[in-house]
Amino acid sequence: MGKAIKVENLSKAYQLGDFGTGTISRDLERYWARIRGKEDPFLKIGETNDRTAQGTSDVVWSLKDINFEIEQGDAVGIIGRNGAGKSTLLKILSRVTSPTTGSVKIKGRIASLLEVGTGFHPELTGRENIFLNGAILGMRKAEIKRKFDEIVAFAGVERYIDTPVKRYSSGMYVRLAFAVAAHLESEILIVDEVLAVGDAEFQKKCLGKMGDISKGEGRTVLFVSHNMDAVATLTSKSIYLSNGQLKLYDTTPATIRNYLTSAVREQGIYTAHPRSDRPNITRVEVKVSEINGTHLNGEDLYINIDVNMPLIVEGMALSLQILNENDIPVIYTYVFDVEQPILRKTGINSMQCIIPNCKLYANIYYLIVHLAETKGRTKFEQIERICEFEVSMPNKIIEWGWQKNVCVYTENFLWKKLSDSNI
Amino acid sequence: MTEAEEHWDLEIKPTSSLFDLKLKDVWHYRDLLLLLVRRDFVSFYKQTVLGPIWFFVQPIITILVYNLIFSNLAGIKTDSIPGPVFYLAGTIIWNYFAECLTKTSTVFKDNSAMLGKVYFPRLIMPLSIVLSNLVRFGVQFILFILLIGYYLIAGYPIAPNAYLLLFPLLIIIIAALGLGCGMIISAVTTKYRDLSFVVSFGVPLLMYTTTVIYPLSEVVKKYSSYSWLIKYNPLTAIIEAFRYGFLGKGSFSWDLLLYSAIFTIVILLTGIVVFNKVEKTFVDTI
Repeated sequence: MGKAIKVENLSKAYQLGDFGTGTISRDLERYWARIRGKEDPFLKIGETNDRTAQGTSDVVWSLKDINFEIEQGDAVGIIGRNGAGKSTLLKILSRVTSPTTGSVKIKGRIASLLEVGTGFHPELTGRENIFLNGAILGMRKAEIKRKFDEIVAFAGVERYIDTPVKRYSSGMYVRLAFAVAAHLESEILIVDEVLAVGDAEFQKKCLGKMGDISKGEGRTVLFVSHNMDAVATLTSKSIYLSNGQLKLYDTTPATIRNYLTSAVREQGIYTAHPRSDRPNITRVEVKVSEINGTHLNGEDLYINIDVNMPLIVEGMALSLQILNENDIPVIYTYVFDVEQPILRKTGINSMQCIIPNCKLYANIYYLIVHLAETKGRTKFEQIERICEFEVSMPNKIIEWGWQKNVCVYTENFLWKKLSDSNI
Repeated sequence: MTEAEEHWDLEIKPTSSLFDLKLKDVWHYRDLLLLLVRRDFVSFYKQTVLGPIWFFVQPIITILVYNLIFSNLAGIKTDSIPGPVFYLAGTIIWNYFAECLTKTSTVFKDNSAMLGKVYFPRLIMPLSIVLSNLVRFGVQFILFILLIGYYLIAGYPIAPNAYLLLFPLLIIIIAALGLGCGMIISAVTTKYRDLSFVVSFGVPLLMYTTTVIYPLSEVVKKYSSYSWLIKYNPLTAIIEAFRYGFLGKGSFSWDLLLYSAIFTIVILLTGIVVFNKVEKTFVDTI
């Protein structure tokens, strides 16, 4: 079979920071460099997209020199951490934005689903929106008409088809939107985490439909998701992106294994400048048990938090939540000044939270830290999604035993054999 | 496999030629264009009691106010044409232009959610604006014809003549001019929002630099040394030609009309070039 997509030396640079005063002079400088045939002074080479490290220029490469080819009829998953460049790659492939350098060659019609229900107008009826949304996705009117009944049946909204969609429940809305997209006729389909919508039953239906598309109809599918189970069921090959670079392009099980056991972990330390007007958190660090940034289930976990107090505030409270990759809060703990004096001196106060024998189950975790004051009930700060760390199980065997997402926490347990004669 | 001779349907590259309009793509998406126009029209009067009648209300009230203030109170002459029909001719043309311009100038900002998620030829959006407003213009034009009919029967001195055959051409020029200006502004405002402030207060003021509420003949009579300023507004020739064709009065000039047409073509081409350049990456900056 021939190739469907060929990506060559694809790179995309983004400018960080604010646009505003000063951008005109910068733009003129770039323009001037271009007409003289010089290299763009703001696209310095050699910086990867590592959001935890402070770069020297304010241009960041969201994608850097990506090369791959996809055969016709393949279903390919794209995995990687948040900010690895997955969405940027999809945006370029679906022509929403252009690459900075490099090229993509495509054979056949391409349709992308970066979002369900794009262009839905709340005042229009379901029927009108099916036509509008279908047209936005590139379908001709005759094509939509031919598939109309099928779409309505798939979404299960026959009774409401002539009601404005603003009166739909959110589930109905999403079902209708996905139904339109699922009936696109294109050789290549690009899908971004749209499966994270709707109830479990509908999700299953969507997954089934996606499977039909890639396996039954022989179309090329590119699928981005954080849900490894969905990637594993739907795709045969996967691309692993890390910091804007292609790390691995292999069969899906091999790529997922590489992704999950990836030894190089981002150093998850949160830092901020001390403020002079109000208390704030200046540093948060999770001290894990292993050297490569992973924590072993059952070991003590230490969380160090530095708080800057520009002035004395009575009744301070500090709390933290540990959430797993599925956004489920697993641990919550707090310390109140009224119960145990804390943060009583001006300047930096260092605190440590110890979780002895922390039995978090194997997963990726991050913190949400809250800083507040209990007397006037002022919330000073809530820092979301910091200090990502991974927990692994001792004696880990991936395919067997400790499977993903079977629980969020483990306990001490004992298995013993009762004497056979008791039965 | 012969790599070199492989055929690709589409190639995504950083840059493409300035005038590459992807008209084939636009043609493929023509259903979308019509559906967008329909959406704008239908959603305008959804959940209203009067429905499409609202398209009439705005121009009727406008011309009544203009008639009261500019004609009766300020005593500005109207080329001996009855006030209401004189003002209506000017306002519907001006409104069409102004709506095309202001809506097009914010097209990226207004539709960023949709444009950031799906590809379709970006030119569809401004084109749908021009067509949607053409529908509105059409409705208001019916009102204009009704008013002319009334004044003809009542025996007022208005005389529609052969020049009204220019009407389609005039409409094309207005649409193209509004589209061109709007596209230029839209391209600049994706990165620098400043210009959108200028548009929001500038466009209503711009109305006074063309012959909406006064005839060109009055300007020439009263301020002959400054009348070039009004004359060289490309809309003046259009409004005057429109009035001349339908009402039989006004200062019609082939020269000025030709000037307007050339001006429009230049603006439109410039607009297309900058729009083309911006549409590819505006998602990153807006």
